[in-house]
Amino acid sequence: MSVAASRVRTPVESPLRRFWSQFSESRIALAGLAMLVFVVAAALFAPWLAPQNPYDLASLDLLDSRLAPGERGMSGGSYLLGTDGQGRDMLSAILYGLRVSLYVGVASGALALAIGSLAGVLAAYLGGRFEQLVMRIVDIQLGFPAILVALILLAVLGTGVDKIIIALVTVQWAYYARTARSAALVERNKEYIEAARALGLSAPRIVLRHLLPNALPPLIVVGTVQVAHAIALEATLSFLGLGLPATEPSLGLLIATGYEYLLSGKYWISVFPGVALLLLILSINLVGDQLRDVLNPRLSR
Amino acid sequence: MTVFVLRRLAQTLLVLFVTSVLVFGGLYLVGDPVEILVNPTADQIEKDRARVALGLDKPVLEQYWLFLKGASSGNLGNSFVHARPALEVIFERMPATLELAVLAMLIAVALGIPLGLYAGLRPDSFGARAIMSGSILGFSLPTFWVGLMLILVFAVTLGWLPSTGRGPTREFLGMQLSILSWDGLRYALLPAVNLALLKLSLITRLTRAQVREQSLLDYIRFARAKGLPERRVIGVHLLKNILIPLVTVIGLALGSVIAYAIVTETIFAWPGMGKLVIDSIFLLDRPVVVAYLLVVVFMFILINLVVDLLYSVLDPRVRVAQARR
Repeated sequence: MSVAASRVRTPVESPLRRFWSQFSESRIALAGLAMLVFVVAAALFAPWLAPQNPYDLASLDLLDSRLAPGERGMSGGSYLLGTDGQGRDMLSAILYGLRVSLYVGVASGALALAIGSLAGVLAAYLGGRFEQLVMRIVDIQLGFPAILVALILLAVLGTGVDKIIIALVTVQWAYYARTARSAALVERNKEYIEAARALGLSAPRIVLRHLLPNALPPLIVVGTVQVAHAIALEATLSFLGLGLPATEPSLGLLIATGYEYLLSGKYWISVFPGVALLLLILSINLVGDQLRDVLNPRLSR
Repeated sequence: MTVFVLRRLAQTLLVLFVTSVLVFGGLYLVGDPVEILVNPTADQIEKDRARVALGLDKPVLEQYWLFLKGASSGNLGNSFVHARPALEVIFERMPATLELAVLAMLIAVALGIPLGLYAGLRPDSFGARAIMSGSILGFSLPTFWVGLMLILVFAVTLGWLPSTGRGPTREFLGMQLSILSWDGLRYALLPAVNLALLKLSLITRLTRAQVREQSLLDYIRFARAKGLPERRVIGVHLLKNILIPLVTVIGLALGSVIAYAIVTETIFAWPGMGKLVIDSIFLLDRPVVVAYLLVVVFMFILINLVVDLLYSVLDPRVRVAQARR
């Protein structure tokens, strides 16, 4: 047998392929990934999928309010998941709500990741006073539950998508900073950083091009957990009336409006948005749980 | 040891001071409490009179100075809404929150440690996998939604337990507690379960991870090799060692349960500190919000201190390291 033929039979395993084969070992994680793709697609394509634009007050019919799932409305159409107190189609409201929740979660997660990991990596690289200052702030902030910090910020800032993103970034950056610093502390003493220094590369180049990419795996794991946290926290704050304005209901606000009907047995206004929220958070957590096992070198066999 | 506690107390004062500056400054930028408190038909003269009576006509710095002066003698200002000292209003509501938090932690610990032990000792069994998947579900479930679902199932549909409010209370050590009688406990059950769920998942997962890590270590193998019965190996040797990280997490969880009680109390109309602070935020009752935060921050610092001290009691290695310092 020729050398070439044996090479064809054992293809070189690329890192990405190895990653995928390890990730797909868990059937639960695969189910989570499929669920996540489904939910994200539903949120992205909401304007085309939703039977109604829930933000357009003109399309709402008050006569059709509080209809049970499947019940036929005055305007002739039937509503798969029922309607809320203003005659809003629940399915449409949920699809649009998912969009808001996902956007807030991902945007705040990405911003917090950028700010936090830069602060953490810089703290590890520079050391000294800067490191002490950053880590002291991180320690103090992580000593307090996220909801308390966010609550106060929103009480001061008021409601709105931008305000809640500011609050969530403030709450979350510390987790990324702590993770990035500990990862970068390990990487800092490795030979490739020494080599980069010896080559005379500038500090920003070493931090951004060499240190940060190598500190990334643990940050990805923290990131998935934190995005799930951010989505849950946004929903909670909106439920308390401190998050998003009522004109663009997020899932948390939909659940809150359903609360007043819950005691009279009109369950669907609170139940279905909650199920959507649960699917979103659960799928992110399932994927994140497996990512942690795959990306954690300590556990790899 | 004494130096350690004293240094921590000094830090506490600093944190409390910084918190008060940030919260005071932030809250005094938003809204006008007078507009909310005064009768909507009131004219300008009445509004001005209210403003003077509440001390809101003075510049912010002077208001903060007066607040600090009061705080140094234990007075955090009067509530705008209740017209009584803010601390008094908060302490009145505190037992309700504390009994809920303690009940929730009891549920979480009493169920979480056995579940985690089982999942850690038999990691490949069906039960262990079910527990682990269940725990992911447990911390994915949004707490406030679970609260609504508990009301829907157990109060509205089945009618077994009351949906909202606090039941009859009994006095115990000067506190009004409702968990001392079955009639009162019935009201506390749903909110406590709601609050416990997240921590239950956390404690289960942590216990499992600790059991798996520890059971590979030499002292466990040695104990088994000595021929000790399995009950003793797990019940004494293993449990003692996994308790150390667990105590830390349980302590911190108690703090976060007190904070998250804000959500649960709002859902179940439970008259605790959390419900009070949410109402106060909407009514712009600034003294109560500031006082609540200072009280809660103080409680967190206290819990952290107790956890650190417990650590050195439970783990001789920490004690030795501290003595050497």
